[in-house]
Amino acid sequence: MDGGFIPALFTDHTLRVVGLGAGAVGALAGSLGCFALLRRQSLLGDAVSHAALPGIALAFLLTGSRATPVLVLGAAVAGWLGTLLVMAVIRHSRIPEDSALGILLSVFFGVGLVLLTFLQRGPTAAQAGLDTFLFGQAATLLVQDVILVLSVGTVALLLLALSWKEVKLLSFDREFGRVQGIEMGRVDVLLTSLLVVAIVLGLQTVGVVLMSALVVAPAAAARQWTDSLGRMVVLAGALGAGAGVGGAWVSTLGDGIPTGPAIVLLASTVVAVSILAAPRRGILWDRIRRRRVHSRIRRGDLVPPGAGQTAAQAPSGGSIPMASPGAHGGGRED
Amino acid sequence: MPLHVEIQLVAVVVAAACALPGVFLVLRRVALISDAISHSVLLGIVLAFFWVRDLTHPALVVAATATGILTVAMVEALHRSGRVKEDAAIALVFPALFSIAVLLIARYAGQIHLDVHSVLLGEIALSPFRRWEVGGIDLGPRSLWMMGGILVLNAGAIFLLWKELKLSTFDPALAAALGFSPVVLHYAFMALVSVTAVGAFDAVGSILVVALMIAPPASAWLLTDRLTLMVGLSMVLAVAAALTGFWAAWILDVSIAGSMAAMAGVGFLLAFILAPDRGVVAGLRRRARQRVEFAAMLLAVHLLHHEGTSDEWVETRIDHLQKHLRWSPDFARRVINRAEFAGWVRREGRERLRLTPLGRETARVGMTR
Repeated sequence: MDGGFIPALFTDHTLRVVGLGAGAVGALAGSLGCFALLRRQSLLGDAVSHAALPGIALAFLLTGSRATPVLVLGAAVAGWLGTLLVMAVIRHSRIPEDSALGILLSVFFGVGLVLLTFLQRGPTAAQAGLDTFLFGQAATLLVQDVILVLSVGTVALLLLALSWKEVKLLSFDREFGRVQGIEMGRVDVLLTSLLVVAIVLGLQTVGVVLMSALVVAPAAAARQWTDSLGRMVVLAGALGAGAGVGGAWVSTLGDGIPTGPAIVLLASTVVAVSILAAPRRGILWDRIRRRRVHSRIRRGDLVPPGAGQTAAQAPSGGSIPMASPGAHGGGRED
Repeated sequence: MPLHVEIQLVAVVVAAACALPGVFLVLRRVALISDAISHSVLLGIVLAFFWVRDLTHPALVVAATATGILTVAMVEALHRSGRVKEDAAIALVFPALFSIAVLLIARYAGQIHLDVHSVLLGEIALSPFRRWEVGGIDLGPRSLWMMGGILVLNAGAIFLLWKELKLSTFDPALAAALGFSPVVLHYAFMALVSVTAVGAFDAVGSILVVALMIAPPASAWLLTDRLTLMVGLSMVLAVAAALTGFWAAWILDVSIAGSMAAMAGVGFLLAFILAPDRGVVAGLRRRARQRVEFAAMLLAVHLLHHEGTSDEWVETRIDHLQKHLRWSPDFARRVINRAEFAGWVRREGRERLRLTPLGRETARVGMTR
């Protein structure tokens, strides 16, 4: 990579395919991940990606084909069924969501492992095929895989745009949506299905274990920079795409740098920076503001509530409200 | 000892050791922290390996346990910062730590003889080949000793901290008010989970550890309300999953660890559907019974309402009930049987019903309720 990243992206065919594929997966998972994050379903991504394994094995068993669309379809069906099962268990028993998700991901994964070893008889033979989906092998992405990701991803994002109002209502005020006469159950199914699609499309690139990070990290980073859902989704998509392309590039820099972990570490760094330094919500920002308020109190400009005044009078003493971490202007969604 | 007996012994000990802390993971609603820990311990193992250059060194277990506790601390710090919620914090922390570990292994693949597959998937079938020898005497599979030790440790810790764990699980506020430090207890417990995950992933892999930790206790929770019984049942169910899983895998020649996890899932599904009180079937039957009971009360009220009126002769006819109350003949028969059995009505002839004094009283009370 003599000429640096940008020229390489245009000259190196493998990097172009891998970078485009990883970028598309990152954009799709990032933007849809926002809803998982806001609806406290961050770990659903983890569960669905594990639950996809038996679907992949069964799709291969039934069709005998290793083509990506077939395997992705099998993965999507299994991930979907798993999600339904979790919902049924939570609704009809006292098992809490975290246990239900834990059982789903580990048991489905176990079944997938049984199927794969059954297919190939013998653990060593199975691992060759397992590799791609366990850790993701972006290098195995073909042009047609990238086209699949791009086309299915475009349809998914179009569906998201078309049902934007309903999806927004589902994320923030489900009851209000129901009162407005919208079938919130259907919207829930639609949004969850879109997330399942994004996850199974990403499996080949980053793998089962790391897929949850690609769903959550861009969204968590974007959340720190804005309070608007629209901006958050676009920003998360951009950050996800950036992490995907960047990770693909980093993995070409040295021998034996796997793409999946590179993407995840890039995305994690973006989250760390965002949590520390994002304006208004960032931890550093918070420290600075608190220091300012404290120094104003010391100078006597601002009297804290309860010190010589009643709390009700205190805000009128100064224009700066007493800041507490994270509790500013709509900064929290709960 | 024959090979398959040794594998089964390892499987049983692993399952029992995992189920013990699993009970409290499920009850405290932190089940998925086990998923996070079981993945991120890999980083500790890799780092310690670079230090001691020996995959059997005890320092690896210490380092891995420390990483497990670090994971919990990082998740909590992120969550406390108020910037992300707990589920997102888990989903952010463990993939990052796991990624670092995978990168390190891939980067130094030549120097490190650590197979990421076996970390994720485990290979319990190989456990009899890794022996523990002291002074030339073969003492058996190493993982059997290791997991046996962890089982004893778990059992001892849970026995000693029983009161504290029970109280802080069911009433954390009271536990804190009484002076038990929830933080110390929480981290002590998470250390147990980490040690167990480290020991078990060698045998069953880090993903299937989660199955053995969560599924048997969750099934047991559907079967009983008593904590002691739940602990016992969890261990029984875990051992049953280990043994049936082993034999299914042995016969079909498939992954033993995967088959054990699948059996743990089958156990949970059975408990979910068939549990005596809390199962889906029990719930449906209870609802059907309540429907008949309510209808029998309705019947008594109906008869009372028409008692002594001019249409009494029509309204007390059994076939009229089907029309008036829109009951199917079968349902009407069941309702009448129920009301007769309770002594609220008796039959007059073949086709007419009459309230008993008890039925009259019940209907009056029922209407005011």
